[in-house]
Amino acid sequence: MSMLLVQALNGLQFGVLLFLVAAGLSLVFGVMDLINLAHGVQYMLGAYVAATLGVWTGSFWLGALLALPVALLVGLALEWLVFRHLYRRDHLAQVLATFGVILTVEEATRALWGSAPQTVLEPSGLTGGPMGGVEIVPGLLYPTYRLVIIGIGIVVPLLLWFLVERTRAGMLVRAGATHPAMVSALGVDIRRLFTVVFAFGAMLAGFAGALASPIFPVAPGMGDTVLILCFVVIVIGGVGSIRGAFIAALLVGLLDSIGRAMLPDLLRLLLDPSAARQTGAALASMLVYIVMATILFFRPAGLFPGGRAA
Amino acid sequence: MNRRSFLTTTASAATVAAAGGFAFAPSIARAQNQAVKVAFVGTLSGPGAALGTHLRDGWLAGVTRLNNQLGGRAVETLVIDDELKPDVAVSKVRAALERDKVDFVVGVVFSNMLQAIVRPVTESNTFLITANAGPSTLAGKGCSPFLFSSAYQNDQPHATMGQAAQDLGYKRVFILVPNYQAGKDAVAGFRSRYKGEVVDEVYVPLSQLDFSTEVTKIAAAKPDAIFTFMPGALGVNLVRQYRQAGLANIPFLSTFTVDESTLPAQGESALDFYTAATWAPNFDNPHSRRFVQEFEAAYGYVPSNFAAHAYDAAHMLDAAIRRTKGDVADKAALRTALEAGDFPSVRGALRLGPNHFPIQDFWLCKVAKRADGKFQTETVRKVLSADADGYAASCKMG
Repeated sequence: MSMLLVQALNGLQFGVLLFLVAAGLSLVFGVMDLINLAHGVQYMLGAYVAATLGVWTGSFWLGALLALPVALLVGLALEWLVFRHLYRRDHLAQVLATFGVILTVEEATRALWGSAPQTVLEPSGLTGGPMGGVEIVPGLLYPTYRLVIIGIGIVVPLLLWFLVERTRAGMLVRAGATHPAMVSALGVDIRRLFTVVFAFGAMLAGFAGALASPIFPVAPGMGDTVLILCFVVIVIGGVGSIRGAFIAALLVGLLDSIGRAMLPDLLRLLLDPSAARQTGAALASMLVYIVMATILFFRPAGLFPGGRAA
Repeated sequence: MNRRSFLTTTASAATVAAAGGFAFAPSIARAQNQAVKVAFVGTLSGPGAALGTHLRDGWLAGVTRLNNQLGGRAVETLVIDDELKPDVAVSKVRAALERDKVDFVVGVVFSNMLQAIVRPVTESNTFLITANAGPSTLAGKGCSPFLFSSAYQNDQPHATMGQAAQDLGYKRVFILVPNYQAGKDAVAGFRSRYKGEVVDEVYVPLSQLDFSTEVTKIAAAKPDAIFTFMPGALGVNLVRQYRQAGLANIPFLSTFTVDESTLPAQGESALDFYTAATWAPNFDNPHSRRFVQEFEAAYGYVPSNFAAHAYDAAHMLDAAIRRTKGDVADKAALRTALEAGDFPSVRGALRLGPNHFPIQDFWLCKVAKRADGKFQTETVRKVLSADADGYAASCKMG
């Protein structure tokens, strides 16, 4: 039973990380109707910059904090160079151009940092030593840092919700998403608004990368796997819906962890052990996609549809 | 014989006749002055690029040590990135063979890349030295007179770890591998020599991001040791999480998971974790010490087995070309010279089996921190002596 609790925590933690990446993607997609495949490399850059600055400054947290403005600046630069020319184009052009950005940034990363996984400092606790862990199950330490991630993953969505629903800037963003011409007519520079939203999304991705760097390997291509799951998250959640993305991310995280933990054992009741292990492993990695297909069958627009930037 | 080839043959015969006997010798002499051309093939982009870099730098370090000469002839290396795509590997290697007329092909990190290029290379009667990949087919039925290995057959490191687990007296072992062919081969290799109980075998997708589920399972199973094969970034992640979860008191037996290509990222987390290898940077012979010292001076990182095998490949070719007195056109003589296998290896004594794969010792190694703060694997003890792979018997060479 306590094992199940640990697996649920694992799923929760994976889910909130997915949300942090998917939130930026969903925001940009929902508000600006822009498919940004390069979101994954922004996540990757966040992780690389945090890792490097962490080693440089000697503190993981300082590195992660400094990665935020860098991610923001990179977002602004990319928006100015590439993305602002894509807003009025169709989705195919956007996919092609942003795919090009992936290739360029990944190769640039490789040229700068090399292709081996990067060294990342262990996040330190308040007292300065490594954060250690909490013994939930005898013999297994649950790293405190992962609990911190879960905490951050609950605070950030609340902040986002507040920002979008309760502030003037959020109101403009929502209005800009549904009635750009009207907002423009009222004297708001819609272009600048989009730039800000895009850079904010990039910063969220960079933040997620920085947070993920002690957990996931910081290596070229790290953004690609996450990006695919993020698209699953925003499709299940309903495009553009922050609330949908949050619930879908938790769903995907929990499904993935618990599926991997339980399926091979469940199948053992039906198949012989070696077949059960391999089929179970294969099925567990498909589970997320099977669930996505099922949800889309009953709710083609996702769980929380319509709410562009809601 | 069709018309065109008939015409070409007569034309060249006429040229030779016109030029007379004396023209022949200078043309060979001219060939001897030309550089020996070697195509280095490795995965230098994408997720597997770190290994390709080690392999390439090992080869270049070997060539540098030999004063940019192989067997007394200048050498020119053509570096080819196979991009981990079989079609790309084949077309680039074909271009090297046909356009650049390379004399040798060396390198190759991944077995599927080797399998893609082996026929185009050997069918053009060009020698192929694999410095890493060693799939069972090419060591057995599919062996070729033109294929040599300076590394090992893929099963051997896994079997070494199985034997080590057996020797260390572990009764219950938990196995964790990626769900693809090489992962399944690793399990088979390990189990070929480990006779104890396997508590659980867990297969994870190659795109696995997070091992928390598996780490929890290991904690629940409480095995005597775990055996894993998690190459590249997968291994970096597993090792860190294993340590963070406080499981490091359960011995971590692995192959291709903790080595000099991943240790910079794993650091302290990998300390005292085990791996199986043919060589480690702490090998105590002058040749090996000089290799490590020169390699680190030139490339700024600690060489791995990949680098060592590629370094040896350079010496292997050097010794063979020296034996044929610089002649790389006489394939039969060159083959005999390569088969002699009497080159100085960083691994010490080494000979080649009938399938052209090395017969060598395998070691249990452990991650250690050096005085200068860098991490490397160090030998614990010899597990297998003069081990030949199990496929040599089915190799029938022409």
